[in-house]
Amino acid sequence: MSQIVLRPGDASLRERSRGRRASWSVDPVLLGAVVLLVGLGALLVWSATRPRLTSAGLDPQAFLFKHLVNAAIGGGFAVIASLFDYRALRAWTPVLFGLSCLGLVAVLSPLGSTINGAHSWILLPAGFQVQPSEFAKVALVVGIALILAERADGRRAPRHRDVLLALGLAALPMGLVMLQPDLGTTLVLTVIVLGALTVSAAPARWVLGLLLAGAVVSVGAVQLGVLEDYQLDRFTAFADPDHDLRGAGYNTNQARIAIGSGGLTGKGLFQGTQTNGAFIPEQQTDFVFTVAGEELGLVGATAIVGLLGVVLWRGLRIAARASDLFGRLVASGVVSWFAFQSFVNIGMTLGIMPVTGLPLPFVSYGGSAMFANLIAVGLLLNVHRGSLAAARR
Amino acid sequence: MTGPGTPIADRSGTRLLVLRLLVVAGVLTLIGRLWFLQVVTGEDYVRAAEDNRTRTVVTAAPRGEVLDEAGRPMIANRQALVVSVNRSLLRLAPAKGDDVLDRLSPVVSLSPAQLRARITPCGERLRGGGSGRAADGCWSGSPYQSVPVASYDPHDRAALRRVLLVQENPERFPGVEAQLQAVRAYPQGTSAAHVLGYLGPIAEPEVGTAAYAGVGERALVGRSGVEQTYEQQLRGVDGGQELIVDKSGNVTGTAGTTAPVPGSSLVLSIDAQVQAVAERALEQAISGARQRPYYRGGGPNVADSGSVVVMEARTGRLLAMASYPSYDPAEFTGGISTTRYQELLDAGNGQPLLFRATQGAYAPASTFKVVSASAAVMDGQTGFDDRMACPGVFRPTGQQNFAGQGLGTVSLRQAIVRSCDTNFYQLAYDAWLRDGGLSPVPDPKDPTIAMALAYGLGARTGVDLPAESRGLVPTRAWRESYWENVKDDFCQGAENPAFSAERRAYDRDVCLDGNLFRAGQATNLAVGQGEMLVTPLQLASVYASIANGGTIHRPQVAKGLVSPDGRTVTEIAPTVNGTLPVAPDVLAALRDALRGASSEPGGTSFGTFAGSGLKVAGKTGTGEVAGKQDTSWYASFAPFDDPELVVVGLVSQGGTGSGTAAPMVRAVYEGIYGTAGRPAALPGGRPLPLPSAPVRTVGPSGAPS
Repeated sequence: MSQIVLRPGDASLRERSRGRRASWSVDPVLLGAVVLLVGLGALLVWSATRPRLTSAGLDPQAFLFKHLVNAAIGGGFAVIASLFDYRALRAWTPVLFGLSCLGLVAVLSPLGSTINGAHSWILLPAGFQVQPSEFAKVALVVGIALILAERADGRRAPRHRDVLLALGLAALPMGLVMLQPDLGTTLVLTVIVLGALTVSAAPARWVLGLLLAGAVVSVGAVQLGVLEDYQLDRFTAFADPDHDLRGAGYNTNQARIAIGSGGLTGKGLFQGTQTNGAFIPEQQTDFVFTVAGEELGLVGATAIVGLLGVVLWRGLRIAARASDLFGRLVASGVVSWFAFQSFVNIGMTLGIMPVTGLPLPFVSYGGSAMFANLIAVGLLLNVHRGSLAAARR
Repeated sequence: MTGPGTPIADRSGTRLLVLRLLVVAGVLTLIGRLWFLQVVTGEDYVRAAEDNRTRTVVTAAPRGEVLDEAGRPMIANRQALVVSVNRSLLRLAPAKGDDVLDRLSPVVSLSPAQLRARITPCGERLRGGGSGRAADGCWSGSPYQSVPVASYDPHDRAALRRVLLVQENPERFPGVEAQLQAVRAYPQGTSAAHVLGYLGPIAEPEVGTAAYAGVGERALVGRSGVEQTYEQQLRGVDGGQELIVDKSGNVTGTAGTTAPVPGSSLVLSIDAQVQAVAERALEQAISGARQRPYYRGGGPNVADSGSVVVMEARTGRLLAMASYPSYDPAEFTGGISTTRYQELLDAGNGQPLLFRATQGAYAPASTFKVVSASAAVMDGQTGFDDRMACPGVFRPTGQQNFAGQGLGTVSLRQAIVRSCDTNFYQLAYDAWLRDGGLSPVPDPKDPTIAMALAYGLGARTGVDLPAESRGLVPTRAWRESYWENVKDDFCQGAENPAFSAERRAYDRDVCLDGNLFRAGQATNLAVGQGEMLVTPLQLASVYASIANGGTIHRPQVAKGLVSPDGRTVTEIAPTVNGTLPVAPDVLAALRDALRGASSEPGGTSFGTFAGSGLKVAGKTGTGEVAGKQDTSWYASFAPFDDPELVVVGLVSQGGTGSGTAAPMVRAVYEGIYGTAGRPAALPGGRPLPLPSAPVRTVGPSGAPS
């Protein structure tokens, strides 16, 4: 199997000049941004849950501890994902993909359970629960990269057959997630496919065609009434923010009030009146950004957007310098995923995107999402390490 | 190995650039939006956040009282001792207040289950559904408002003792309050119920509108009568307490308190004593008519309903407005059940809520002849002393005189005094022919219709009472649009084999040219029959304008407003709607003819007023209604030499005007002037001027201080 080194000179020169540090094969900027985001997230989750837990007579630090434990476990996963042998990862991809699809099937079986209206969970013993659709994102990232890179063989752009095969593969987890139904995650999976296809240099008409098809399907779904009522309500609330402020528009309206009232520097951590009054439902998960907006103000909120921007920038840099097409596609998939999910989540709290129930990467509370996000960071670091290794060769 | 710079690598690199651009655009979009929300519009959201976490508990402003023209209370505020439960405080009590409710149960004679049901907000039990009444077992008000569970007369000593038990043991009854509150009371009983009106809960679409600015979601507002018309003046401004709450509604502090501003008191032109006289005369006339046989035979008079209107001739102010059947406004205090409300609207019960004086429309019959005569004289067709034949039957249309009797040759004045119909048929027929008959000239004059409109008929008088009827003046335009609406039905009827041949022929006629103004319709109109409809108030306005020399006033029941502190009295001045296009000498001749009708032998109400000592001028009317007994009317003013008062009486299905309505109106005048051995309700017939000194002072709780 021959591999291409897409842009060896540039990277290898720089890494070589750092000679003695080359063994520490981690992107320190990426790692630093992720650690800062996770740390900020812990503070925000703490602030969001503290008053609720206190008024319920529970330990006010309960969510904070669970969040930190999740981050630690996720960090462990990330280390494993980053150290995995590159070739072994490719070899294990079909297994990972198969397991993740099995998990999605299990959700639809009687093993699955419904939390907050989404039938996305499997309850495990000892009060643990897992959300297989989060891991499906990781599986799809590596799966789609494998197909497009393997078939293309690195020498030519994927042909129509390869694209069709990739789409067929992606259709399986997407269909299963759609059945839950989880519209947000389905969109994330679609964006991962689009991102990988774009960077794989597949024919442009495929990318544009898929975008067009997506638009047609979305409009059709609204017109034909395929969407559930609550999904339509969310779109109505998006199109007309002042509609039904006690119902469908409640969340977004409260979110905008919290963020808007934060002003330039915010009300101070733990000082947000809207956060302390528990006006925003799901504040520690999907609406965690509102805590930043209210308590840390424009400065803090921009910092989070900026840190996410840094993660994406480093991710794209890793993609550009990847030693092979597989690595580049993995990195592109991860970046597409993080970019889309961050934009939709923050955009939703700011009232410029409809409510889709996607958590904010690294910041929102939630075990499965934290694990999947950190595994994805591990993959980025893995690709990074691979490109350094290739450069050293 | 393919080296760098291969086409695929380039293409892939370019594609990566697309991703980069998208990421940069996304980051910039989010930061821009953040800047807009937090910096540009941040102030708005700071305010919204403030509103978000405060709740207002309303302290209702005491509603202004309603007084009659002499300052007698018509609507007062009664003190009620109300026991209420504050849910927020109750929840903080041990066991969420279950013990408290158990202890409260014997005090207010309600079971703990009933108590709990009553204080549970309706929204928590039945989302969206339910009738929204506290009596139905749930609380329709704000969850932050204390829920009243029992109400007592403060003079009831036994109740007072039990309530004191609550007040003196606050530690045993946390969250339970006993307070004096104001509710509506009606010192004159059921008198003037329709004029006064009642209160009802504000409707959801009205909340937040300009007319109801500052009125809370569950407030009671005027739903009828002056309670509705003068809602804004009577209402006052509610006070409130701003409470700081979290999302679950737990009160965490108080942000501020504003005191309520009581509403103004309303002084009516209605005189409670004249009103009582009018109501008694109306009831007695109706019960008397029911004892007598209907003059055309077939059993006694039905006399199902009626009305009396007493108006000041020079101002349009109303001294009394009676309507039968009536209802007790106190039934609406504290909310009326839907069943009872439907009963009050039900035709089978005589529709007691229907205010006959302004909402009942009837054919005016011969009382309308003053309008037809004005038209004929002003049009130059005839003079008051010109003599005309009054045959028993009017040949061109075959219509009969009243009872088919001819009166020989009479003047127009005599035609009014003795009520000749054929005379007016002739005048109307001539005018109709002049307008072209069945092939009308362009822009026909239609003198009677034009005069009816000039007198203000066919339009609302603008009285300060809600939902007034327009009545109906059948103009050619009305006839045309009415025919457009119904002709399809008649055209189908003309072809309907189930109908009789006669019915089909009639339907065919209407179908073909039902829009034509026919001779019979023109002649009918001249004697106030046919499609013409007037309300008793409209007719009173017509007679007032004749009596006062040609000024049409906007009728008014309200005379002034007294500020809550009793210091400022604001007069609600009489308003002029217009002037009659009738010469003063013609009006004088009309007044003289009306005097003759009640004081000259042969006059239609001579028998009623002969020897009464009353200087009444008036016209009888006997309106024919298809399928019903005749409508009995009497329209009058007094004294005839210097008119001050106008009295119009109506009894539906009451027989002839002279038989029922005229004696009823005489009884009203006797009560007002105190003749026939009765005490005078309004000595000299002159109402009191509006006092400039305080009428009464209203305390902060709405109680007279």
